[in-house]
Amino acid sequence: MSNSKFSRRGVLKTGMVASAGLALPQYLRADSHAGFTNAPGDSEVILGFNVPQTGPYADEGADELRAYELAVEHLNGGGDGGMLGTFSSKALDGTGILGREVKYVTGDTQTKSDAARASARSMIEKDGAVMITGGSSSGVAVAVQALCQEAGVIFMAGLTHSNDTTGKDKRANGFRHFFNSYMSGAALAPVLAANYGTNRKAYHLTADYNWGYTTEEAVKSSTEAMGWETVNAVKTPLTQTDFSSYIAPVLNSGADVLVLNHYGGNMVNSLTNAVQFGLREAQANGQNFEIVVPLYSRLMAKGAGANVKGIFGSTNWHWSLQDAGSQAFVRSFGTKYGFPPSQAAHTTYVQTLLYADAVTRAGSFNPCAVVEALEDFEFDGLGNGPTLYRGADHQCFKDVLVVKGKENPENEFDLLEIVEVTPVDQVTYAPDHPQFAGGALGTCNPGA
Amino acid sequence: MDQFILQILNGLDKGSAYALIALGLTLIFGTLGVVNFAHGALFMLGAFVAVTMSKLLTLSHKVVDETRTDFLGNPLQVDVPYIYDWFGQATGDVIIDWAVPIAIIAAIPVMIAIGFIMERGLIKHFYKRPHADQILVTFGLAIVIQEIVKYFYGANPIPTPAPSAFVGSFDFGVALGFDPNAIIYPYWRLVYFFFSIGIIAAVFAFLQFTTFGMVVRAGMADRETVGLLGIDIDKRFTIMFGIAAAVAGLAGVMYAPINSPNYHMGMDFLVLSFVVVVVGGMGSLPGAVAAGFLLGILESFASMSAVIDILPGINQIIIYLVAIIILLTRPRGLMGRKGVMEE
Repeated sequence: MSNSKFSRRGVLKTGMVASAGLALPQYLRADSHAGFTNAPGDSEVILGFNVPQTGPYADEGADELRAYELAVEHLNGGGDGGMLGTFSSKALDGTGILGREVKYVTGDTQTKSDAARASARSMIEKDGAVMITGGSSSGVAVAVQALCQEAGVIFMAGLTHSNDTTGKDKRANGFRHFFNSYMSGAALAPVLAANYGTNRKAYHLTADYNWGYTTEEAVKSSTEAMGWETVNAVKTPLTQTDFSSYIAPVLNSGADVLVLNHYGGNMVNSLTNAVQFGLREAQANGQNFEIVVPLYSRLMAKGAGANVKGIFGSTNWHWSLQDAGSQAFVRSFGTKYGFPPSQAAHTTYVQTLLYADAVTRAGSFNPCAVVEALEDFEFDGLGNGPTLYRGADHQCFKDVLVVKGKENPENEFDLLEIVEVTPVDQVTYAPDHPQFAGGALGTCNPGA
Repeated sequence: MDQFILQILNGLDKGSAYALIALGLTLIFGTLGVVNFAHGALFMLGAFVAVTMSKLLTLSHKVVDETRTDFLGNPLQVDVPYIYDWFGQATGDVIIDWAVPIAIIAAIPVMIAIGFIMERGLIKHFYKRPHADQILVTFGLAIVIQEIVKYFYGANPIPTPAPSAFVGSFDFGVALGFDPNAIIYPYWRLVYFFFSIGIIAAVFAFLQFTTFGMVVRAGMADRETVGLLGIDIDKRFTIMFGIAAAVAGLAGVMYAPINSPNYHMGMDFLVLSFVVVVVGGMGSLPGAVAAGFLLGILESFASMSAVIDILPGINQIIIYLVAIIILLTRPRGLMGRKGVMEE
């Protein structure tokens, strides 16, 4: 027998009370005087920039952070104003947001869902951030979006391309400006058919996680609709660094196109390996063997060097666009930092302006007012032509760029050339499209 | 049959990298008794010697080209490598093209020096400490090295191509009487394989046929007795640490054209290399080499789509599965000696 003075009942009672206390989310205990989480004071408003500052996407995260800092500078009336001058909505006047100076805090997602949630939670609870934005991965975006929904703050997604972010995992408090896998497939397929013909056999190598699956599905269905056949689709571990054992059998598989549903380091390595194995020079089925990279990132393409030349892919935005908005942004960013912005920088800059504009038009920081202001909001002048923030799923609909690795780059940033600007109609889908089925937006949560 | 040969070839180059790293790990463990989790970082540093060499050879000065503009519309500042000024553009291009082989020459003294500094500066203080302490401190060191490399070179992979003479691939299919394209294998990977065999042979010959090697082997077998004979075995072991670092570094330099180096590549190899060491048998040099090639080849077979169709996910676990089976049936590994890590 034990001599313990703790009774079983006492321990159970104490344990239950303690568990209930711990389980109660911190933000439910947040200041609730204004009816929503983290209502800003009269002088300043705090935004939370949650980007990968360490880990494999740290360079992309650093570029996102530069764009956020630039956006804050412009919102507060500094610099040359960037896209504030070209944005179709004229609500923002360089005096902060609703007269409050914009301040920011940063978090490190490490491109890990749990770390991203922890840093977002810290910015909401400790720093009082009224909006969280950022991320360079769909897994992170989905995780942080769900947290923001629970916490009652707005989430403006950064670089996230999986269909699920505004598909089965969509949330009322979350908004995505970046395009998605479906749009990449829909934009790419006609260009691929025009350049490579409709009698093609494709072999997919797909990163074994959420984004890989949705991209494979999107590209498969779009290309098959054009007459292509899919001969094989192989999942590759996300941690894979040498893809030779996956690439080597491709040439003898009956396929004449290799689709690399890879991003970041995976893309750099698999593309490099494919070129090493002579796929670019090979012939199959009486045609030139071709490689396709559905989602391009200029920062990542740099890692693959000359291997990207001539390879088709899609991108959300590119610094060489000639519209006034893009040029204004490239000028501001390039003058401040000495190099052109990436697509990650562009989408995060634009998301910050869109949030600030929605708050200003709504006249309130209340997340539900912001949601209402953003839903079905149509705008222009932010680099992608006329754009709709669709209310049904909080996804932006705009033109999509089909790009190709440039044959003769003129400088180190000149890696991709725009082949086609696919009109928005061609990449628009119904909110209940099978690739986006399941899940529901729900209702906005103001928290508090 | 052609697929079989193809995956064996694939396994050989991957196995070469595993074998070289595992060889270094075993050398350090066998001589100094230290479990060195920073060994992957040495492999990564080797790759970055190639990157650095490539950057040094392309060190440039700016020349304004009024006829072209940069992304902001200003006159373009063109980078002209100093090497062009010294040797002319044609010779300069050839030198830049051969950056990776040139880096091999530089890597040997650089990596030996890094090995010396690591061993004398940090690891020697942990000889008498438990293995858990050694693992913690070397793992921490690996993270520090990674972050330093990331600070200077960024997180993205940096393309470091092989000399253009080695670009392209060899068609084994035609050579062996199969269909063309059935067995394609890049030239540089063949170079990597033969280079690894050369390094492994050199290390074994050094240990087998030199007096220094004989003393080291004696020290590995019975350190105390060798010490009693008046031989400063510690100094020799420090030199072995330097050699092991150089082996890992050379593996890294040569690997740079296969996959663009990034700061994290050492960690990617480290865990697998430890499995290789354990499967080969702790302290056994031939075991490390044999297990390196064996696991490399098995990993290649497991990633064939025909195999994945039958056993989904096998490509992700094959190495660990083999490790479990071997450790259950041969607890000391393939060629492990009695008494190693059993005290």
